[in-house]
Amino acid sequence: MMMTEENEVESTLSVCGHNIQIAEVLKDGEMLSFLIVSQKLSGTGEYHVHRNYDDFEWLQHNLFCQEDVAGIQGVIFPPLPAKAQVNTAAKVMKQLGFLSLGEWQPYCKALEVFLQQVAAHSILSKNKAVEVFLTNPDSPGKQKVKKNIFNRLSQAVDGMRKEGHKDVDDFFQTARDHNLVLTNCTKTVTEKLLEVVQTEQKIAVACGHFSAALLLCVEPGDDPNKQAFSKVCVKLSEVFESMKKSTTGVSENDVSTMGLGLDLESRYQEAIKEMLFRRTCKLVELEHARRNAEKAKPVKKAAMEELRKAAETEFEDISRVAKEEITRFEAVRVKMLQQAMVQWCEKQLLTAKECADQFTQHLEVFRGMNFK
Amino acid sequence: ITCSFYQKSSQPASLSTEDVSANTNGPNQDALFDDDPEDLFAEATEEVSLDSPERDILLSDGPSPAITPITPPTSVIAPRIGHTHDDMFTHSSFDEIEEEEVDDSFDINISVSDPEKVGEYVVHPVQEQKTSMSLFKQREFSVKRRFSDFLGLHSKLASKYLHVGYIVPPAPEKSIVGMTKVKVGKEDQSSNEFVEKRRSALERYLMRTVKHHILLKDPDVLQFLESSELPRAVSTQALSSAGLLRMVNKAADAVNKMTIKMNESDAWFEEKQQHFESLDVQLRKLHISVESLVCHRKELSVNTAQFAKSAAMLGNSEDHTALSRALSQLAEVEEKMDQLHQDQANADFYLFSELLGDYVRLLAAVKGVFDHRIKTWQKWQDSQILLQKKREAEAKLQFTNKSDKLQQAKDEIKDMEGRVQQDERDFEQISRTIRKEVGRFEKERVKDFKTSIIKYLESLVLTQQQVIKSYFTFRYVTASV
Repeated sequence: MMMTEENEVESTLSVCGHNIQIAEVLKDGEMLSFLIVSQKLSGTGEYHVHRNYDDFEWLQHNLFCQEDVAGIQGVIFPPLPAKAQVNTAAKVMKQLGFLSLGEWQPYCKALEVFLQQVAAHSILSKNKAVEVFLTNPDSPGKQKVKKNIFNRLSQAVDGMRKEGHKDVDDFFQTARDHNLVLTNCTKTVTEKLLEVVQTEQKIAVACGHFSAALLLCVEPGDDPNKQAFSKVCVKLSEVFESMKKSTTGVSENDVSTMGLGLDLESRYQEAIKEMLFRRTCKLVELEHARRNAEKAKPVKKAAMEELRKAAETEFEDISRVAKEEITRFEAVRVKMLQQAMVQWCEKQLLTAKECADQFTQHLEVFRGMNFK
Repeated sequence: ITCSFYQKSSQPASLSTEDVSANTNGPNQDALFDDDPEDLFAEATEEVSLDSPERDILLSDGPSPAITPITPPTSVIAPRIGHTHDDMFTHSSFDEIEEEEVDDSFDINISVSDPEKVGEYVVHPVQEQKTSMSLFKQREFSVKRRFSDFLGLHSKLASKYLHVGYIVPPAPEKSIVGMTKVKVGKEDQSSNEFVEKRRSALERYLMRTVKHHILLKDPDVLQFLESSELPRAVSTQALSSAGLLRMVNKAADAVNKMTIKMNESDAWFEEKQQHFESLDVQLRKLHISVESLVCHRKELSVNTAQFAKSAAMLGNSEDHTALSRALSQLAEVEEKMDQLHQDQANADFYLFSELLGDYVRLLAAVKGVFDHRIKTWQKWQDSQILLQKKREAEAKLQFTNKSDKLQQAKDEIKDMEGRVQQDERDFEQISRTIRKEVGRFEKERVKDFKTSIIKYLESLVLTQQQVIKSYFTFRYVTASV
């Protein structure tokens, strides 16, 4: 899933952002190791680097910790999937949802999108860590990752109270309300589709069993009736093999298009929620600073005023960046979901046509069976 | 003589889903049917006697249902002939009847409809459509039968024919839970499913019964199909197929307990017995496999419906008009898929699960006739032993002066010799019958499966076409986003 920047931005990145690929995933002891391939912008050539999840976390941490960038907290950070290992705990697998399926292929796709989004982001791509991550032959993630400084919603003690804090800007109040609804709806849709996929997989397995069991019914001997019955069993076994294939195909299509799309959308809505919460926290902070400045005794007044001004600037920066981010994201999001649905439809159409052809062939075989 | 019931008639407009298509190349000269046609019916008068000990064994377990007096099959021919329109039947010989049984074209269609309430009873309307079968008085019939009537019919046929080697199709199972729901008038999905399951089972049961050339001519069958009023079975506990299965198993146990070690001179029977045992195992496995498939398919339907709902909700929350429309369309597509999954689950169930279940139950009847053959053989052995004893006793009497006792002994020996001969004939008869029946069973099996599979594949193709249509519509709508 590609989302290219509309404007040409000054990027310190020496590689092309929109076609970063995760070419391979390997088992490295307990960890999964990803081969990341990116194209050099100048001339021909590629960078091939091996990274594991710790490296991704290192990158993300570096992106979060850009205190010198004005309004950094207003950025909608591309969401990084949860950590997956060779033997991932069931709880994490459940959390990963679609990304836990299909031998880590969807997971790799999600990491790929993460990198593409980062590389395409006007603010984030300027961070040196991105260049290092994509081009440096050595793994950067050896450093201990400090807890990120952002007020994660889940970590905030009085998160619930702050979350409901009334906004001063209609645009943001609407954004927050809308995000709340969308987050829940998207999460539900994603969960329900996952359940559909899991049932499809069960059906495929059941078809396989039935197909195998039918072959056990083949009866040896010259008796024409026995031979006829054996033939029926063999041909029916083929029918259910076909059914298994087509059901598997349908399920894979669901995952690779709609599943991934909804999963990404779901994680992005969470990322937006986090960003809006950060801004809301800043708003609360600002309002505190204003009150303090008002109430301050003359001795402290100047200091409080300084704090108030700083808080106001920060809040304005965040709001400015946030507004740009939200507007940009909205357009991209619609396109992304539409793309997911179109691809889903195309793939399912193809699978359905193949399936119809197969079954028609099987039908002809059976109709043509003449037993004396 | 132009025999109208040999011509292949075009398929009548079928009311039922159980069409048996006529696809033959003419009368089948199957080697197994090469017997002297006279023979089958000559034996008929002796096949069933009211004093048959086998019948006692069959009936000894559980309350015995009231059975209409058993009349030998020859009576099928006599009284009815005068009522038929078709003159040729009055000229018919046994040859032609024999030929009819080998002719694959089958002109009877039975459909069983949804139950109705007549007074305080629940009845099933049964409609039959026949063409040119001169055994019957009319072309089309409609009668109303209670479930117990079906069970009663089966118990009568089982008592008449099982012990002489005919594979009598088992009747559908009784289900107290299901029936109670229907009687109470509960209208929900599970009771609707139960009603349909039973209706279909009754229909299949009747079709299997009439497809059997001997059973079709049985007076009880004809009465069942034609009479507006049926005599009620006195005991309401008619033999269900479960009951019959229990009985067959008990007979089998009796066989084992008597440690009948039959000197099987005919390898065919030994091989067939083993074969049916392994087939039973396979069919049960298949049945379980399909049931699991049906279960998952139903689960998929439920999950798809939930997915559709959630997509609709997302569409409603969506600001962007075109995206909202696309999501609503997605919800519609998925609702359609839900419906298709349900249809698919039904196809899986009725065309495979029930078919396999029927065959598992049929195999029980097959096993039953094999066991009866062993009992028949045993009876013959017992008679021979008894004859031997009587001869020894007579020999001893030779040296005494009890002339009257000697005469009695000689008379008894004469009777016994007759019995031994009869028992041997019985044994040979049941062996012959079983051979034919097994051949018929194996042929029917292929037809049955083929018919079901073709229906199934047709439904699969149709479903896929509807899936494709749905996706085309969706593609059209989302293209405008």
